[in-house]
Amino acid sequence: MKVAILGMGSVGKGLLRVICERDLGLAVTAVADSRSALMDRDGISIEEVLEAKRMHGSCGDTSLTAMDVVTKGTYDVLVEVTPTNALTGEPGLSHILAALARGRHVVTSNKGPIAREYERLRRCAAEKGVMLRYEATVGGAIPIIHTLECGLAGNRVLAVFGVLNGTCNYILSRMAADGLSYEQALLEAREMGYAEADPTYDVKGIDSAIKLVILANTFWKKPVQLEDVDVTGIDMLTNDALRLAEEQDCTIRLIAEAIPDKGILRVAPRTVPLSHPLVVDGTLNAITIETDMAGEITLIGRGAGSVETASAIIGDILFIRDFYEGSHKKAP
Amino acid sequence: MKLEMRDAPGQLVAALRPISEVGGNIIAVIHQRNEKSDKGDTLSVQIVLELPDNRLSDLVRLIREQGVNILRIGHERLLYEKTVIVIGHLIHTDLGDTVDRIDSTGFAEVTGLNISMPAITQVSSARLVIRAVNREDMEQAIEILRRVSKEKNFLLVEPLEGIE
Repeated sequence: MKVAILGMGSVGKGLLRVICERDLGLAVTAVADSRSALMDRDGISIEEVLEAKRMHGSCGDTSLTAMDVVTKGTYDVLVEVTPTNALTGEPGLSHILAALARGRHVVTSNKGPIAREYERLRRCAAEKGVMLRYEATVGGAIPIIHTLECGLAGNRVLAVFGVLNGTCNYILSRMAADGLSYEQALLEAREMGYAEADPTYDVKGIDSAIKLVILANTFWKKPVQLEDVDVTGIDMLTNDALRLAEEQDCTIRLIAEAIPDKGILRVAPRTVPLSHPLVVDGTLNAITIETDMAGEITLIGRGAGSVETASAIIGDILFIRDFYEGSHKKAP
Repeated sequence: MKLEMRDAPGQLVAALRPISEVGGNIIAVIHQRNEKSDKGDTLSVQIVLELPDNRLSDLVRLIREQGVNILRIGHERLLYEKTVIVIGHLIHTDLGDTVDRIDSTGFAEVTGLNISMPAITQVSSARLVIRAVNREDMEQAIEILRRVSKEKNFLLVEPLEGIE
């Protein structure tokens, strides 16, 4: 199966390494970063591309763009892993739309386009009879979308509760475990590389809300938007509040919650019993799904990291390959 | 539930005995002697109680067998308690008023308050225990608290509960 990869950040590079190291039956026929692109229908040398990126900061020919790859490249699956833009979804949105319009499958870790334009993208993919998969957008390595769509097929999802932001969970874990103030814990998260220089998206709960929208669109009958989510961040939390929670064998975690029957879509810090499966440490993510047949299921795993994200992307690519095995016509 | 009985010795005990017979637990008995009834020497009593599941119809039958009239049974018969944490300038924004907004509803009240105030310029954190007789009343009380929190710039941390 031929794969084109857009984006050479930590996710793109991690993915390339995994494809290079493992015999997955995947050939990378194109790569692009923000400044250049490289195409070869017979497959490019991954080692050379990674080396070029390391030496020159760009992966290929600066006269080519990511969009050239999308519209002219030879591939079965477009892997869109460019940086996310939560407001416009660009440039990922245009890349995905163009690939779907060409009748190509798309796998992405890019939250912006999926959270912003899921309905439109889903319809576009359906019209062309191709797949759009986005496992890597939520919960890192946790196969939450596969679980909702495949493992729990036929169930009615009554509620989803999730710890979807590793940065916030790290801060709250540190405040609870060692009595750090919010500011100290945030500073530490930055030093450890868990928080961005501008942590607003994380600590204000926006990143969690974007992921909640993606989850809700996966199982909720009606399409939802970021604006539908009631969002409260963790930046006002105090040590005293955590202590008050601990006195009652609880702690505080940033919980994203979707309950279709009650119309609830909310991200807020909540008190949670210490024994609750959603109380995970450090940068871990956790998601509890409640359904009518299966009851309660909780998935816990690493919510970020280049190899972890690659795991989710590879899972999506191989799912598509196995699904169309035998019936899918190969790219010329 | 609200009961009506003859104002005679032994009547109240007779009305309450069936509650223990069905395994119930009396939480409060409100005796309203001053309530005028047009039926003469009767007395009405409000009882808040906990019952095991599915024992309400037995209780109703047993109370009626004592010749006691049941005037009203509340919709939900569960005693609800919720603990929330509130963070903000709690004192400067009139803590009394915040508590009173819940208490003045008549259907819910703040029964516990644990506050921590690190320094005059810093925000305080408080743990509030709220009680209500049923789920709807509790939800309304929490909704009031959400409004107050928005108004006074508090961070309200609610407990995570499963779907009910």
